[in-house]
Amino acid sequence: MNIHEYQAKEIFKTYGIPTPRGIVANTPEEAVQNAKELGGNLWVVKAQIHAGGRGLGGGVKLAKSLDEVKKLADEILGMTLVTHQTGPEGKLVQKVYIEEGADIKDELYLGITLDRAKEMPVIMASTEGGMEIEKVAEESPEKIIKVAVDPTIGFQAFHGRELVFRLGILDKEEQRKFINFAKLLFDVYMDKDGEMIEINPLIKTGSGDFIALDAKMGFDDSAIGRHHELEEMRDLSEEDPDEREASRHGLSYISLDGEIGCMVNGAGLAMGTMDTINYMGGSPANFLDVGGKANAITVAKGFEIILKNPNVKAIFVNIFGGIVRCDRIAEGILEATKKVDVHVPVIVRLDGTNAEEAAQILKNANISNVIAATDLADGAKKAVEAAEQA
Amino acid sequence: MSILVNSSTKVIVQGFTGKEGSFHAEQCIAYGTNIVGGVTPNKGGDVHLGKPVFNTVKEAVEATGATVSMIFVPPIFVSDAIMEAADAGIELAVIITEGAPVKDIMFAKSYAKKNHMKTIGPNCPGIITAEECKIGIMPGSIFKKGRVGLISKSGTLTYEGANQVCKEGHGISTAVGIGGDPIIGLSYKQLLPMFEADPDTDAIVMIGEIGGDLEIQAAEFIKKNITKPVVAFIAGQSAPKGKRMGHAGAIVSGGAGTAKEKMDALEAAGVTVVVSPADIGKAVKEVLEREE
Repeated sequence: MNIHEYQAKEIFKTYGIPTPRGIVANTPEEAVQNAKELGGNLWVVKAQIHAGGRGLGGGVKLAKSLDEVKKLADEILGMTLVTHQTGPEGKLVQKVYIEEGADIKDELYLGITLDRAKEMPVIMASTEGGMEIEKVAEESPEKIIKVAVDPTIGFQAFHGRELVFRLGILDKEEQRKFINFAKLLFDVYMDKDGEMIEINPLIKTGSGDFIALDAKMGFDDSAIGRHHELEEMRDLSEEDPDEREASRHGLSYISLDGEIGCMVNGAGLAMGTMDTINYMGGSPANFLDVGGKANAITVAKGFEIILKNPNVKAIFVNIFGGIVRCDRIAEGILEATKKVDVHVPVIVRLDGTNAEEAAQILKNANISNVIAATDLADGAKKAVEAAEQA
Repeated sequence: MSILVNSSTKVIVQGFTGKEGSFHAEQCIAYGTNIVGGVTPNKGGDVHLGKPVFNTVKEAVEATGATVSMIFVPPIFVSDAIMEAADAGIELAVIITEGAPVKDIMFAKSYAKKNHMKTIGPNCPGIITAEECKIGIMPGSIFKKGRVGLISKSGTLTYEGANQVCKEGHGISTAVGIGGDPIIGLSYKQLLPMFEADPDTDAIVMIGEIGGDLEIQAAEFIKKNITKPVVAFIAGQSAPKGKRMGHAGAIVSGGAGTAKEKMDALEAAGVTVVVSPADIGKAVKEVLEREE
């Protein structure tokens, strides 16, 4: 789960991580009100969406008067922001964050994520702040400093020293401030079950203070249940409604742009099924993992979600039953044909636990557009053919 | 022979009396697994599925001499269960539970390592030595005894791969579902040398997916150390960047961890890489015939 910049900064504040003062706004009027409240004569109007690269996309603008705050807020609110992280469809901006202007001397980058190979969090820092960090990683990887921190000892002073010396921070007072900043950020990451925290840029002001000018945070979905404060920050409008609907029923769904709907058990087999469809000249319309607890109701729900996509010309149900029982899937297919108008051919391959019972159930039901397949290759081939003929 | 587990391996079940634990323990017993007991706090002294129940892993190990534990406890109790097993001297913990927080696994695995306990999973189908010992949730009937070792991140692709190998007239020595979470226990790099050393394994199937770099590490390792033929499939060639495909670990981020990158590395290491999982069985048959 991801949260907005303004929410991440709220969390930072509770840990004492320095951030500029700011207030979130839903309308241009609120934006002006917020700017007045913050005072000063320089403000930043920032689009709040769950994606990086907002500045380059035109979602972060500087305002030098209250009129300008209003004008910019008016422009940004309601715009569809396209960045390198949103995909070509972009994201609708529903909130802007009004922040006081900052005195920027240097722009750094600081992030924390999991180093899967070392199996511990890794702090990443760079003097190349303000740029797309993916680009820095690609073009000059030596400019990204990585310090892995063993969670069983936590963030120690030596981790901090490695960071400041390699970043070239030489002033002792600045060193102390930066190390403290990094330590607090590490605490946030660990306490909140962070998946990723990114501050880009982290600025050094003229007076040698370090401030989180931006903030991006994502959390481990498996741990959200023990963080009610984070659950409350969830912004449902940032999530795909079909994917959300699917997850409420224990299904994992991602829509793609092809023509063959897929319903599979297990993420690996679901991807393998998509790959096989591609290999045979077709294109998958979605990824759908029915999970280990699939039953007639969830399968029917899966059909409903797949069929919402008007591009779907055929559906390939590919189940290798382990925990999932094939007879339940077969019942789900029958249930679905009663509840939903299944107007496309459905190619069904059921193997593994209770596959014979399942085949019998489907045979007895004798539904005209249900086509049986013997194995994965056969099923994918039939699905591609059915989609071509439609 | 086989790797890690066989018919004489003594197994306990943590979360023995729960719904999932009971159902699958019963299936394992029916398959022939030597399940010697289980652990459920406050149910010590009971008999469940004809086996003794203990309050703690320590008691269970003392009473039964178990060396392997199959873990079915709910997600937030997983790290505690792993650490308890490690503390009690269990040698291998097979963690089936899905949805354990990554942070918990990070600490638990670190403690397991310190106590020299191997782990498989979490969020995996488990391990099976065909027709001897099944520790997990896989449908036992598809694993016919044979001479092909299998390592897979994905549960259902484990079944798919094993089923095809058996349909081609071959069989499985041991199959290990290692799971697809960001932090897992034994992986390709640890399991490949075990299969290399196993006199009853002639070929190895390796099934991976997008995300992380375990398959890349495996490719480097195979190039230097593995002489037996390896057939590989990487799921997610058609997955778009930045979208998480079910498994917490299956995401292509920042251009790293793509299927293509992994397939190229494996091919360069001399591995037979198939484009569709439907070709795993055929490829295994071909490499085995070439060896003869």
